[in-house]
Amino acid sequence: MTELFAVEDLRVQFSTPRGQLNAVRGITLSVRAGECLGIVGESGSGKTVLWRSAMGLLRGRKVTRTGSARLEGRELLTLTPKEVRQYWGTHIAMVFQDPMTALNPVRRIGSQFVEALIKRKGMHKDAAMARTIELLRLVRMAEPELLVRKYPAQLSGGMRQRVMIAMAIACEPKVLLADEPTTALDVTVQAQVLELLSDLREKLGMAMVIVTHDLGIVAGHTDRIAVLYAGEVVEMASTLDLFANTKMPYTEALLKSIPRLDGTSTDMMEVIDGAPPDPMAETVGCFFAPRCKYATDKCRHEHPELVDDGTGHFYRCFYPLGKQS
Amino acid sequence: MAGSGYAHLRDSDDVVLALRDIVVEFRVGGGRVVNAVSRISIDVRRGETLAIVGESGCGKTTLGKAILQLPAPNTGQVMFEGTDLTKLPKEQLRSARTAIQMVFQDPISSLDPRMTVGEIVGEPLWIWGRGSEADREAKVRELLNNVGLDPELVLHRRSYEFSGGQCQRISIARSLALEPRMLICDEPVSALDVSIQAQILNLLQDMKDRYGLTMVFISHDLAVVKAVSNRIMVMYLGKICEVGSPDAIYSKPAHHYTSALLDSVPVPDPAYQRNNVALQGEPPSPVAPPTGCRFRTRCPAASPLCAAEEPLLREVAPDQFVACHHPRL
Ligand SMILES: Nc1ncnc2c1ncn2[C@@H]1O[C@H](COP(=O)(O)OP(=O)(O)OP(=O)(O)O)[C@@H](O)[C@H]1O
Ligand code: SF4
Ligand code: SF4
Ligand SMILES: [Mg+2]
Repeated sequence: MTELFAVEDLRVQFSTPRGQLNAVRGITLSVRAGECLGIVGESGSGKTVLWRSAMGLLRGRKVTRTGSARLEGRELLTLTPKEVRQYWGTHIAMVFQDPMTALNPVRRIGSQFVEALIKRKGMHKDAAMARTIELLRLVRMAEPELLVRKYPAQLSGGMRQRVMIAMAIACEPKVLLADEPTTALDVTVQAQVLELLSDLREKLGMAMVIVTHDLGIVAGHTDRIAVLYAGEVVEMASTLDLFANTKMPYTEALLKSIPRLDGTSTDMMEVIDGAPPDPMAETVGCFFAPRCKYATDKCRHEHPELVDDGTGHFYRCFYPLGKQS
Repeated sequence: MAGSGYAHLRDSDDVVLALRDIVVEFRVGGGRVVNAVSRISIDVRRGETLAIVGESGCGKTTLGKAILQLPAPNTGQVMFEGTDLTKLPKEQLRSARTAIQMVFQDPISSLDPRMTVGEIVGEPLWIWGRGSEADREAKVRELLNNVGLDPELVLHRRSYEFSGGQCQRISIARSLALEPRMLICDEPVSALDVSIQAQILNLLQDMKDRYGLTMVFISHDLAVVKAVSNRIMVMYLGKICEVGSPDAIYSKPAHHYTSALLDSVPVPDPAYQRNNVALQGEPPSPVAPPTGCRFRTRCPAASPLCAAEEPLLREVAPDQFVACHHPRL
């Protein structure tokens, strides 16, 4: 299968008044055409910095980026800001947690779409309006003809999220990137939005990346998952294999902290105590060691490499689960 | 307007909070009225945790705030430990309110960034003039310790230096300062990472045991309330759909809405085959709620009767009450 989007040994550092902050520490991963990759990690694990820098977005004097990020062979890290803007919307599109950041609050939905279509696709005004209605129908909005006259504030959170998805797919991007697309939504609307995204991906043949802190929501909607911890990939496998054959103690702990309907109703839930390491501190050993119930002296002194078990299941642990040692 | 019924109310001495026929309406422009809460009655026993579950806009936060008279309901009674809070004069209400505290969804923006953590947690004590300066400081330290924060490390820092989970710990410490007997938690974990949610849920459980609290826990997610509640009330568009024990609600939901909510919870198992999305669309506007059963416009089992007549709560199994003409049981 062809790699559409490939990140290689990406490192991102921020200069802060307190010193250098390592947000991403050498991440390699790829997304194939039509594939859906989940990127899962806790707050501060670097998941947002990873994709923002990989897509050529994070730049400036305070940011140091090394490594490579390529879309169809084209390097994104060295694009000029103007080139980045041209890539956006046409090759890559985004959906965020808060749709209001992508919508202009004082303009009607219709005119925002029409403007974007004229600018990015060179469409004629009437054709752009027809396409807008078609797109809104595609994201299953009822009565799109009425909707185009409304302002974003007149819509519910779930409807705004659909409008943003419609906007994102307007130019048929090759990759759709969704950062916590459902975190602010009710479970019912979350289920609808996830199903809509999966459906659109199939229909349009896009690749998709879903970035989230919740392993539970990507279980049914991704082909592969990369689990991040402290700026590194700690486990990466096909979704089925990651759940059936979990190797990292961290992934196991994340899975156990998901509130489940079918779980036995114990009084206390299992938690991962403590917090991820300070991204400013020099850390030796396995980054997860202070919170890991299997940690040994070796874990505290040596940093484990990411290894392949031979089937494309990667993990970063001296004592992977499911192996007698 | 019919009510949602009273079959589910309990007549026992240990009921600490009894809401009766609560109506909350908001006037919006053009003479229109939002029917946020429409004649809800419910009770909570001492030491119990009642979960109030429903989608965005169903009125769950409004109901929680109505308990505290923020704002007071248009009509209805809020009996807390035998006193109707809706009838209390302002001064008495102010002091009655110290017994009921609220914890909010967004921990970061609900804390004042100009104040230190010590000031935030100690403020209620200071406002109410509880104890001496030294007593207050000792109390603040004890509270911070109890919520799992090291007083030495956090007392003099400001809330913006902390993560969402830590801010929620600070809010909880503050809410406990006046030793309330009841805690109303409004989506206390929905802004947090899953891994942190479990920590906060455990903390709340722990505080409940330690301080002997009675709790109302508001959420849109039935999976989240599972571990913490003793009784669950499912709401839709300002009305009660179903009330029951967690066992009943999770294993044999009687209301079609409860069952749809359960089906919406993501299953953390890639091998699980999901049927079609359980619930399409969003609730209709509370300005003009449907006649009869308010859920009928999205209900797969709706019949003409559902449009004509409002269903009342009735018992379908021991401690399980449903307001539906054609229940699933
Ligand atoms: N512009 C910036 N300047 C300095 N540090 C930053 C900047 N952006 C992010 N960071 C830091 O980089 C690390 C990774 O942040 P990132 O936002 O990627 O985490 P995340 O996993 O997306 O978390 P969340 O779920 O909270 O968004 C954090 O320690 C964060 O504080
Ligand atoms: S390397 Fe050691 S500390 Fe790290 S996850 Fe594996 S067992 Fe735990
Ligand atoms: S009363 Fe009718 S519409 Fe309402 S939940 Fe029952 S079957 Fe559905
Ligand atoms: Mg993020």
